Amino acid sequence: MEETLADYYRDEQEIRTPVHFSIGQEASAVGVCAATTPQDWVYTSHRSHAPYLAKGGDLDALVAELYGRQDGCAHGRGGSMHVIDQAAGFAGSAAILGEMIPVAVGTAWAFARNGEARVALTYFGDGATEEGVFAESLNFAAVHKTPVVFVCENNLYSACSPLSARQPAGTSITGRSEAAGVPSELVDGNDVFAVHAAAQRAVAHAREGHGPFLLELSTYRWRAHVGPDWDHDYGYRSKEEIDEWTAQCPIVRATAALRAEEPDIDAAVADWRTRFEREIHQSVDRAKALPFPSVDGLLDGAYLPLAR
Amino acid sequence: MRKLTYGQAISEATVQCMLQDDRIFVAGEGVDDVNGTFGTTKEAFARFGAGRVIDMPNAENATAGFAIGAAAAGFRPLLVHIRADFMFLALDPLVNLAAKWRYTYGGDKGGVPVVTRGVVGRGWGQGATHSQSPHATFAHYPGLHVATPASPADAKGLLVQALTGDTPVVLIENRNLYSLTGEVPTEAVPIPFGVGRIARPGQDVTVVAASLMVHEAERAAEQLALRGISVEVVDVRSLRPLDDDIICSSVAKTGRLVVADTSWSRYGFAAEVAAVVAENVPQALLAPVRRITLPDSPAPVSQPLEEAYHPSADAIADACLAVCGEARGDLPGLVDVAAGFQGPF
Ligand SMILES: Cc1ncc(C[n+]2csc(CCOP(=O)(O)OP(=O)(O)O)c2C)c(N)n1
Repeated sequence: MEETLADYYRDEQEIRTPVHFSIGQEASAVGVCAATTPQDWVYTSHRSHAPYLAKGGDLDALVAELYGRQDGCAHGRGGSMHVIDQAAGFAGSAAILGEMIPVAVGTAWAFARNGEARVALTYFGDGATEEGVFAESLNFAAVHKTPVVFVCENNLYSACSPLSARQPAGTSITGRSEAAGVPSELVDGNDVFAVHAAAQRAVAHAREGHGPFLLELSTYRWRAHVGPDWDHDYGYRSKEEIDEWTAQCPIVRATAALRAEEPDIDAAVADWRTRFEREIHQSVDRAKALPFPSVDGLLDGAYLPLAR
Repeated sequence: MRKLTYGQAISEATVQCMLQDDRIFVAGEGVDDVNGTFGTTKEAFARFGAGRVIDMPNAENATAGFAIGAAAAGFRPLLVHIRADFMFLALDPLVNLAAKWRYTYGGDKGGVPVVTRGVVGRGWGQGATHSQSPHATFAHYPGLHVATPASPADAKGLLVQALTGDTPVVLIENRNLYSLTGEVPTEAVPIPFGVGRIARPGQDVTVVAASLMVHEAERAAEQLALRGISVEVVDVRSLRPLDDDIICSSVAKTGRLVVADTSWSRYGFAAEVAAVVAENVPQALLAPVRRITLPDSPAPVSQPLEEAYHPSADAIADACLAVCGEARGDLPGLVDVAAGFQGPF
């Protein structure tokens, strides 16, 4: 899906909203979201599309949002960094680092307060763990045993800054989590089965009232921090490093892992690819045929109309 | 005089000040990366290295507090935020400590001259958190100086003032200005805060503007000149201190006021300018004040909404015509400074 969107993005210049692609990080989106029900809410940061889709978010509404259409999931107000599909349990995404982490804690607290066996999850990057709000949120969640799963997609970079420039050697995100009293697991984030198994444990832990859990998923984004480009020419990471990680493609690995059990897996993957490519092209065509929001409604949504 | 871009002027000011004063250091997320904060921190990093141009973790609150501590101990931090929106995470230390430091410790123990650069401005569909300009927010608090350079010369001079003065300063730069060129002095000459500039003299209407809107006002003025309407454009340069005198004497001369700003009207820069005029030269006004600002909503992403959202040269021209009691007629539309932007960011 995102590969195709990236092509449109680059070639047509009609998706006029900054997009942070998750290409290469599919296993963390799929493996975790598959361990949730639509009643469990997922919040994310700016890298939002993959979890949105993995959670079952409506594809047409996402694409229409990227094209700025009134029928977009945020009616053309929010763009790529502010997508939402409440029916699927995708509860929102935001652009400011760390911003949704305490929000997920609040939702989880509310679920627990209502006596519901629901879980809130929040995706964020390694960079977001440097925000103070990460520590503050872990602390509250641990004290109050809130049913929240923190999902850190550690892709080693914050824009162009490597993890080594930002976090001290010998420390880890799981270590910080443990120190705050939140149990955690470090998982190969490109192995969808490992991610899924860990996510099931984490979600069960939260759902059964044992409090928060943190998953750190080691993964890698293939494209530039924002936009459709490859960025190994810019000097902050090498072509070799990207090649090493593309060789760890989560989809290729999942396919390989299934080959012994499912002899037809390659054909099935090829079929899925054709089907999803058709779907995404259709969604783009549909989005482009939709009207833009009317300028008369520019202020709609800022407030409810005032009673006078 | 030789010409530089606005971005080059900031870079030059940074490097020259760092050469003159080794207590100055730069800190911010990605200041050392390939993009070098729209090119403004690249040369400083190339010259002074990672010891003085420091890539910070994503920790704006701690970074601002850290800078205050370093400043209290004699250093001169220059913090850089590639989007000013991230400064909201630094509000507490900047507002509760930096702004008040000198005063709360009695006035004679020294202040903390932390300088913060924040970048604002639309690109494409940046949305609610990346299209807002918090200059008025910071200008609200006594103790901070807040400047919004509009020209390359001011980008250099105001930064030099910030880095050589003794008060904490917030500089808000519009990303659409980085490529504009203008004459810039070779030496690091400070431009004092609180002294506005007549960007274009005129007789019939005063447009008071800050930052990018100075350029949009100049475009509008050029076009209205064809109609025989003479517009005076006042660039305030700094919001705090604000040059009340230049605003009031211009309005006393023209009798008409339009304020143009890239932020919202309510409780903002435009409201403040209107209040200054109402308090000081109310009898001068021949027509009600007009404010050209953002509509009262967060920024939308969708292209037609975004086009309608951002204040334009056309809107300024319309407001000037209105206060002069004239109709727009067949005046052609104007293209905004930010119009040529290409994505992704
Ligand atoms: C408070 C705040 N500071 C800085 C930024 C700028 N920024 C946007 S994305 C990003 C990189 C974040 O890295 P990470 O959290 O690891 O997520 P990734 O992009 O790698 O998925 C940065 C620094 C921001 N959005 N919000």
